Amino acid sequence: MFNIPKKDAITFVLFAIVVLTMPIWLAPLGASYPGLLQKFAIYALLAVGYNILFGLTGYLSFGHAAFLGVGSYAAVWSFKLLSMNPVLALVFAIFFSGLFALAIGFISLRRSGIYFSILTLAFAQMSYKLAYSVLSPITHGENGLQLTLQDPRAIDMMFIERGSSLPTSSLFGIPMNGYAGFYFCAVILLIGFFIAQKITSSPFGMMLKGIKSNEDRMNYTGFNTKPYMLTAFVISGIYAGVAGGLLSITDPLAGAERMQWTASGELVLMTILGGVGTLVGPVIGAWIIKYFENIFSAFNESVLHNFFAFLPDNFESIVVLISSKFVGEGWHLTLGLMFVLVVVFLPGGIMEGVRRISARFSNRKDPSKGEEVIDPENLPKPDLKKGE
Amino acid sequence: MDAFFLQVLNGLDKGGAYALIALGLTLVFGTLGVVNFAHGALFMIGAFCAVTFRKLITLEQVVLSKTELSPWGTPLEIRTPYAQQWFGDFGNVLIDYSVPFSLLLAIPVMLLIGISMERGLIKHFYKRPHAEQILVTFGLAIVLQEIVKTFFGANPNPQPIPQALQGAADLGVMVGLAQHTITYPIWRLVYLLFSLSVIASVFAFLRFTTFGMVVRAGMADRETVSMLGINIDKRFTIMFGIAAVVAGLAGVMYTPILPPDYTLGMDFLVLSFIVVVVGGMGSLPGAVLAGFTLGVVQSLASMTAVKDILPGIDQIIIYLVAVIILLVRPRGLLGKRGVMEN
Repeated sequence: MFNIPKKDAITFVLFAIVVLTMPIWLAPLGASYPGLLQKFAIYALLAVGYNILFGLTGYLSFGHAAFLGVGSYAAVWSFKLLSMNPVLALVFAIFFSGLFALAIGFISLRRSGIYFSILTLAFAQMSYKLAYSVLSPITHGENGLQLTLQDPRAIDMMFIERGSSLPTSSLFGIPMNGYAGFYFCAVILLIGFFIAQKITSSPFGMMLKGIKSNEDRMNYTGFNTKPYMLTAFVISGIYAGVAGGLLSITDPLAGAERMQWTASGELVLMTILGGVGTLVGPVIGAWIIKYFENIFSAFNESVLHNFFAFLPDNFESIVVLISSKFVGEGWHLTLGLMFVLVVVFLPGGIMEGVRRISARFSNRKDPSKGEEVIDPENLPKPDLKKGE
Repeated sequence: MDAFFLQVLNGLDKGGAYALIALGLTLVFGTLGVVNFAHGALFMIGAFCAVTFRKLITLEQVVLSKTELSPWGTPLEIRTPYAQQWFGDFGNVLIDYSVPFSLLLAIPVMLLIGISMERGLIKHFYKRPHAEQILVTFGLAIVLQEIVKTFFGANPNPQPIPQALQGAADLGVMVGLAQHTITYPIWRLVYLLFSLSVIASVFAFLRFTTFGMVVRAGMADRETVSMLGINIDKRFTIMFGIAAVVAGLAGVMYTPILPPDYTLGMDFLVLSFIVVVVGGMGSLPGAVLAGFTLGVVQSLASMTAVKDILPGIDQIIIYLVAVIILLVRPRGLLGKRGVMEN
């Protein structure tokens, strides 16, 4: 199981080092506080999982937020009913999000292309709307699902007395908030990354890539693609569920807004921005977006004045006025612009940019310098089934 | 039974908005083959044309009164809108009817935005996969809505209904029922008629003009038409502009019903996509039919009688209909055989 190609092993080790030293190298960037670090790890896991579906098979799902939400709710319910143990919560999240993904995938995968996107979108929106209205007994609607002092917590109660304050999730007595929470998420991320690496290089992964290149041809050669697609969909849904579970573990409050379709949209943005079909790309995309969301949005005019202080005064105020529209509250504008530019000029995302630059610097060397990049240009393009 | 009629009517005006947006989406898809996720943003921009127009014509000149004092003892400020000063009584009419008049502003603005959008961005995406079209237009939608947010803020901007059209019409009396059984806000009736007439004029334009004939030919077989020496790309660009205008007009007239804020586009986008898919990709009559049908179905599902049987159905009915249609009849209600069928 652990015999992976040398190249993959190097990538994994480098990735592990980068992730585990995040508290150190993010400090100069002002992002080295536990809450944000946890988000970095969690959303990276989400993006890695999404890439298994979208990157490998090319099926664009707009409904992954639903699995994230189901995972969060499942984890909080496991806290409420059984125990504050995060591993148990993750098992719960995996089970329920997997089940949910199986049901939605089974139906949605009967169609492909844009119809698949619309079907997943419809299911996710249905879950979101129901979570807000009829399912309130389970989801607690707008208030969100929270821990209370009266929760049964059946397993915990066998060993410890009911405390007077709300418990936090803990593993071997280490509370899962702060840096410990981050390292827990980081370890799960590394496991997820490793599994994604194995999937990508396995025959199963090759099959999925084949589906992306030309599903018809795969069918003609005698493969029934449906079970493969469904497996990929469920795996990717489970990743989202685990990410949702981790969100609940680090902060036991689950709300329905996690299931809204804009959350799925954000996930798509992360994957595209980093580079679809690459392993590292989606992670980078997730980090950039989360960094922007938390750091960039906190910029205000005085920060900008300091930043542009070297410019002449009149000029400075103009520059500050213009750039202030792009930071703080307006950071979505930057995000949208960045996204449009990436899709127009770098359809392969940041990873393609990195590969192009490195190819320019090392002209003579092996052109496949970009490591695990699956070059979308070299794959045969599927016929566009345009209705013209 | 009365409640039933009332809900059907309620559904029709919402359905009118859905139909108009879906019509534009289908025009773009049928002509250019582009899946435009920024179409909801165009609807939103149309709505903000009305907001801008009202802001412009209610600009006021402030004069300090020489004789009168305000309750605080300072000279009273007399505010007169410039429109009133310049146009007299017509100025007042202009202010009262600001929403219908802003249609005049919206048409050129939306045409310009539509055409520059197509020329500037979307023309590079004809040959790219649908997924990339969705992504780039989705990014564009974010940009557009953020720009609107910068100028107009995040709060909704309510627009007034013209005085003469406020209140409710007693429709029950007209068909011989007792009074106050079916009352219906006049403006919603206006909206319904408006959307029907816009739909009719789009269809008439395509059916009875030479331009429309060429466009229809281009939709059927683009290559042959361009081989006949017709610059079909240019016409399709104009059709994109027209689609933007249709969305914009729908947005303008919808402002008194729903105060627009910058997220309006995204809210309508998902629904109108579902309308397009239910109607059948690329089918204009399908889009209209599905728009009205889904509007009515949605408001029927929100009747208490229905909600008692199936709780929560009003929240999900549209999505449920979409799922069923996609599974049972993927080409939609009126879609052509073979167009985007799998």
